[in-house]
Amino acid sequence: MAEAPALLEVHDVSKSFGAVAAVQGVSFPLYGGEAHALVGENGAGKSTIVKMLAGVHRPDTGTLRVDGGDVVFASPGDAKSHGIAVIYQEPTLFPDLSVAENIAMGNQPLTRLKQIDRKAMTGNAARLFQRLGVHIDPARPARGLSIADQQLVEIAKALSSEARILIMDEPTAALSAVEVERLFSVVRSLRDEGAAIMFISHRFEEITALCERVTIMRDGKHVATEMVADLSVDDMIRRMVGRDLSALFPKQDVPPGEVLLEVEGLSREGVFRDISFSVRAGEIVALAGLVGAGRSEVMQAVFGVDAYDKGSVRFRGRKLKPGSPRAAMAAGLALVPEDRRQQGLVMELSIERNVTLPRARKLTRLGLLFGGSERRAAATWTQKLQTKLGRLSDAVGTLSGGNQQKVVLAKWLATGPQLLIVDEPTRGIDVGTKAEVHRLMSSLAADGLAVVMVSSELPEVLGMADRILVLREGRIAAELTRDEATEESVMYAAMGQEVSA
Amino acid sequence: MSELRRRLASWDTAIIGLTVIVLFVASFSVDNFGTSRNFTFMVLDLLPIILVALPMTFIIVTGEIDLSVASILGLTSSLMGWFWNHGLTIESIIPLCIVIGAVAGLINGFLITGLGLPSLAVTIGTLALYRGLAFVVLGDGAVADFPFSYTNWVTGTIGGGPVPNVLILIVVLALIFGVILHATPYGRSLYAIGANAQAAHFSGIRVARTKFWLYVASGAVCGLVGVLWTLRYSSARADNGSGLELAVVAAVLLGGVSIFGGKGSLPGVLAGVVLLTALQNALRLEDVSGQALNIVTGVLLVLSVLLPNIVNGIRGSWQRRKVRQAAALEVR
Repeated sequence: MAEAPALLEVHDVSKSFGAVAAVQGVSFPLYGGEAHALVGENGAGKSTIVKMLAGVHRPDTGTLRVDGGDVVFASPGDAKSHGIAVIYQEPTLFPDLSVAENIAMGNQPLTRLKQIDRKAMTGNAARLFQRLGVHIDPARPARGLSIADQQLVEIAKALSSEARILIMDEPTAALSAVEVERLFSVVRSLRDEGAAIMFISHRFEEITALCERVTIMRDGKHVATEMVADLSVDDMIRRMVGRDLSALFPKQDVPPGEVLLEVEGLSREGVFRDISFSVRAGEIVALAGLVGAGRSEVMQAVFGVDAYDKGSVRFRGRKLKPGSPRAAMAAGLALVPEDRRQQGLVMELSIERNVTLPRARKLTRLGLLFGGSERRAAATWTQKLQTKLGRLSDAVGTLSGGNQQKVVLAKWLATGPQLLIVDEPTRGIDVGTKAEVHRLMSSLAADGLAVVMVSSELPEVLGMADRILVLREGRIAAELTRDEATEESVMYAAMGQEVSA
Repeated sequence: MSELRRRLASWDTAIIGLTVIVLFVASFSVDNFGTSRNFTFMVLDLLPIILVALPMTFIIVTGEIDLSVASILGLTSSLMGWFWNHGLTIESIIPLCIVIGAVAGLINGFLITGLGLPSLAVTIGTLALYRGLAFVVLGDGAVADFPFSYTNWVTGTIGGGPVPNVLILIVVLALIFGVILHATPYGRSLYAIGANAQAAHFSGIRVARTKFWLYVASGAVCGLVGVLWTLRYSSARADNGSGLELAVVAAVLLGGVSIFGGKGSLPGVLAGVVLLTALQNALRLEDVSGQALNIVTGVLLVLSVLLPNIVNGIRGSWQRRKVRQAAALEVR
């Protein structure tokens, strides 16, 4: 095994986005001839590390070293010229170009007349596939290739640019078991040829099958880098979680009231399957799970933003019309969506217009909106939520993330809902506002509102929820009460591991 | 910036001011521009552009476009002649033409919102299709023997004074469209759709349905304008209104409506229409040829897209600075 100098070294690297520290002082080496796993919860900083290695982001402090020498990547091109290639979960091929053209993109072989040498291009592609031991026709268009084959084309592309460091960001998320095995055999042969592999996955059986070394991250910090053989899966999970919960605002105990929402057998082909649960007044129910487990999609289907194939949604015993956010609103549902900028707000419009958008109808007299009614309604709700703003007529895009989130909350609380769905309510907002949002949710529940919270932050889930539904790959993997739930039990369920402690 | 200064700095206020200046200068420097007779003619020239611009403003605010408007006008004009030749009464022809216009718009609306096709491509297609149908109906001929009582009303003035009868129609329709756009929840939803259709959908706005009815309304207005055009020139022809879509889109954009949707006001659009018509009218009085007048329309169209971008570029950097300041405050 390689104890030669590392091909690539991440040394004491930090990166912040606004007030959020995504990565703080992380160091680890990647050795040639070794596959190295990078694990951590959602938001632990894995993607930020990948983007820094890919040359998309630059570290604020710290250095990256290739072959022992400091490097600065000003662009993805720089990273590539240092032999780093990144394979993303969703490959980014040009669908209408041939496989060979995709592989040669950016450094096409030329004939003496400076024309693209198509024969050499196709020959190169065929040779690369032979070396990888896969059968893909270089002349066929990339469109229509399976995700697995597209990834192999990306790997071939990386080889053609003589990459020695291959970074794979959740490459197996969309692959079948057979495809995973084929990918692994390719990756193993590259490793044996001396390449350094960094492999990101949420599936522990893949990590133990493929990787020699593992780096564990938590909350942007480096926890450990160890040999995989020395760690059990339990050890890894324990090190990924295990945080101080005392700083969070705990939910008040409220005796649950009548059942408001009943979801039965809700399914959508390829997204989620057979989802059933109910929510009572005064209850906070959290949907936990990994990114991509289908949590947001389930709640968007409940609210009617997306369609579903099978099942039913009942509110106060009455069936909700599928695919109609308007019907859901009329029944008393509200959804604070995951993506503030794209789904929650119209950034160019003023704060007051945003707050009153779903309920402008209620503010009219004789069907018309007279001068002050919108402004008064907006002022009432933004003040209740202590939103820091200049003027209500300012574009909502001029506010900070935390205050934008308060505007979204104001917008939906103003509709007077009985069930509030919040999707990642505190993502990307500062600690102070976070606590305010938690306090608000708790007091809303105390007032008899039912709350469904989708969250990737375990402390938030454990601190706020009366019940936790853990989703994994589109299904409910576990339902935990407040007393049963621990960081470990939620993570075990989210990752599909048996509890064995 | 204070509320007042922001108002003054906005594009539509600037265009309204510019229009007033152009009218003022032209009435002193261009012979016959300020006469009541010329005023009557100008209003008649204005009529088709302004009426079609009303629904067009709504459509462009939602981020879509309708280029088939002039062809719907031509089709209804043709059909009006055909119906008249086949003995229908004028009282039944007028509502029929409006309904046919609405059906033409409904087809646009279905293709765009029902099938999810891009409006630019769909309405370029129906631009050719409806104009082609107009020629199928009436060929190269013209129908000219419409009743005087109707043609006289369209070209006539109130009590023989300087105010044309059709100005009433313009004022009433502009008021209705203006109130809908600026003082109803429906109008608010149009801006939301244009600026961010996904967020609008998440807010319970029925995006596709809203757009669908806009195309129907646009078609119906074009049907009405087809009738008015035919009566004004006392001539139903398949090529009536050719190229009008260019003037309408130019006027709407000149009036400060963003071609990307989400921005604009009806007063601005009205000023844009008046500015465009007044300039053309003044140049015509100065004996500039009709062909050369298209240059004015074209240049104004390009300027109306270019200038707001430059202005917004400057304002955008100012705005970004403000966002950064807000973010810094948040951290503290």
